[in-house]
Amino acid sequence: MDLQAVAFYVLAAMLVVSALAVVLIPNVFRAGLFLVLAFFAVAGLFITLGADFLGAVQILVYVGAIGVLLLLAIMLTRDVHHGSPGNRLWLPASVLGALLLGAVSWSLLNTTWADKAAEMPVPATAALGASVFDLQNGFILPLEIGALALLAVVIGAIVLVGEKK
Amino acid sequence: MDWLHWLFYVGVILGAVPVMVMAFIWLERRGLGRLQLRPGPNRAGPFGILQPVADAIKVLTKEDIVPVAGDHWVHFVAPLVVFAPAMLVFTVIPFQEDGGLVRGLVPDLNIGILYIVAVSSISTIGVFMAAWGSNNKYSLISAFRSMAQVVSYEIPLALAILGVVLAAGTMSLTGIVQAQAVPFIVMQPLGFIIFFIAATAELNRTPFDLMEAESEMVAGYHIEYSGMKFALFYLAEYAYTVGISAIAATLFLGGWKAPWGVGPQVGVLWLVVKILLVFMVILWIRGTFPRVRVDQLMGFAWKFLFPLSLINIFIIAAESLAWPGLPWWLLFPNTAIALVLVVVWSGLFRLGGGRVQV
Amino acid sequence: MSVGLEQYLLLSAVLFTIGLVGALSKRNAIIVLMCIEIMLNAVNLTLVAFYRYGGLDITGMVFALFVMLVAAAEVALGLAIVFSLYRSRETVDLAEMDMMKW
Repeated sequence: MDLQAVAFYVLAAMLVVSALAVVLIPNVFRAGLFLVLAFFAVAGLFITLGADFLGAVQILVYVGAIGVLLLLAIMLTRDVHHGSPGNRLWLPASVLGALLLGAVSWSLLNTTWADKAAEMPVPATAALGASVFDLQNGFILPLEIGALALLAVVIGAIVLVGEKK
Repeated sequence: MDWLHWLFYVGVILGAVPVMVMAFIWLERRGLGRLQLRPGPNRAGPFGILQPVADAIKVLTKEDIVPVAGDHWVHFVAPLVVFAPAMLVFTVIPFQEDGGLVRGLVPDLNIGILYIVAVSSISTIGVFMAAWGSNNKYSLISAFRSMAQVVSYEIPLALAILGVVLAAGTMSLTGIVQAQAVPFIVMQPLGFIIFFIAATAELNRTPFDLMEAESEMVAGYHIEYSGMKFALFYLAEYAYTVGISAIAATLFLGGWKAPWGVGPQVGVLWLVVKILLVFMVILWIRGTFPRVRVDQLMGFAWKFLFPLSLINIFIIAAESLAWPGLPWWLLFPNTAIALVLVVVWSGLFRLGGGRVQV
Repeated sequence: MSVGLEQYLLLSAVLFTIGLVGALSKRNAIIVLMCIEIMLNAVNLTLVAFYRYGGLDITGMVFALFVMLVAAAEVALGLAIVFSLYRSRETVDLAEMDMMKW
């Protein structure tokens, strides 16, 4: 087993356990902390895939912003003591989930994938930047739309939760 | 050999940082005493130099108190979550250009500065965990203040760092130091001012230490901690201060480089001197400025630092388009622009009868 | 026990399923938002795995980056909605959000 395999299995176990904990444990604050742990595991998996820039962005955006925001929301709402109850749909949802998982894993295990890159790729940060900002085949328009969407979200959030005059 | 390198540097960082932190704690207490016209600690050893050791022994032998109504598990893990990022910051700081052994753990990491920004955003989670695990109202208020403060000041901090990255053309810290033929503090004075103020706020140092303001909320998020866990918080705070000083020294003061190329070519020595310099300025600010109010804090971040950091990015980007390679004479227009902008923007903040209106 | 594309895809399928079941079966609105984040992370994992094992086509990473952008926007707006609901109803229990039902 090479280093990538070891890292993969450790991180995968950590990821699955913490994701299950988010869904299963009743303490909402701890569920939020396990979500943060899951984000960390995903960042580690990105690094095993040679996407270290995405790993850092994952920690910055998911742990530093989204995780903190969710924990803040948990602490601000007083529903923590009610725990995290399930609704009437838990049985159909589980059946649906099992069916989906079965179908997806059956199809992906029965597909012959053309694994192209056998060796570890070089850091692709510069290539990623060049690809996003390429004038011919780049993603400048989606990037601008994304920026506009973020601005709209900021304004919308302020309007939604701002103090009513 | 590779494993040896990792082992050696993990040992160096784990050993050198606490030693440095203890030295800096002594320096801070003595220096602060001098600034406030009092002797400072002077009993333990000559010039009180053994005071941090005495503090450490005292804190380690204290009883470890855990609040009954809190979340014990979260209360236990929180100090580690605050402490680990403060140490992780040091892994990418380059100590020297080359010279075999003494270079740093991973100084060539191609996303170096992004890694630092990402890692240092983790400690907010630790603050939340400490507040929640303590089940104390002052802790919770402190955590909310911390959240507002850190999130607000992270934006100008990241934008000021972005100016450096634009000018250097790389995110690797070694590359950034190599790009500083003229240190960036001279080339981008506005960026340095924004970075320095925002970093001081991120550290929760005195003008911005609302979350542990003794007169308002006792000790903030670590009010329910004692003994070893409190020592970890204390250590993390100072380690992070040293870390931010090291980052400022690397990004803006030329890192390991000797000023004007004169003096002994020992990178580590110059880095430590520059870290000390930045730390002394932080200490000076702590000894001089009164604490800001919450509304002033947020107003300062969003109305002063944020627009100025956007303007800074714009100027650097335009200059690097117009004059690729950023020649050294750009320091004159940049300094002029920084002065004018700071003076003009300060006009928006009025001082009337001792009350600052933001 | 070498690791290839299939292992990563299988892992992200498991992760997506956990998130889906959680999002469908939980009543706390914040937990539901968390489960949606887990699903988005699973999708990102797939995209980056396809980047790595699909001939290093950089578009996979670009797509993951945009997913992160949208996820950040989604959480900010979702939490704003949860907050304003909490203000008017004093709860974040989705089973009690039945103002439009008759």
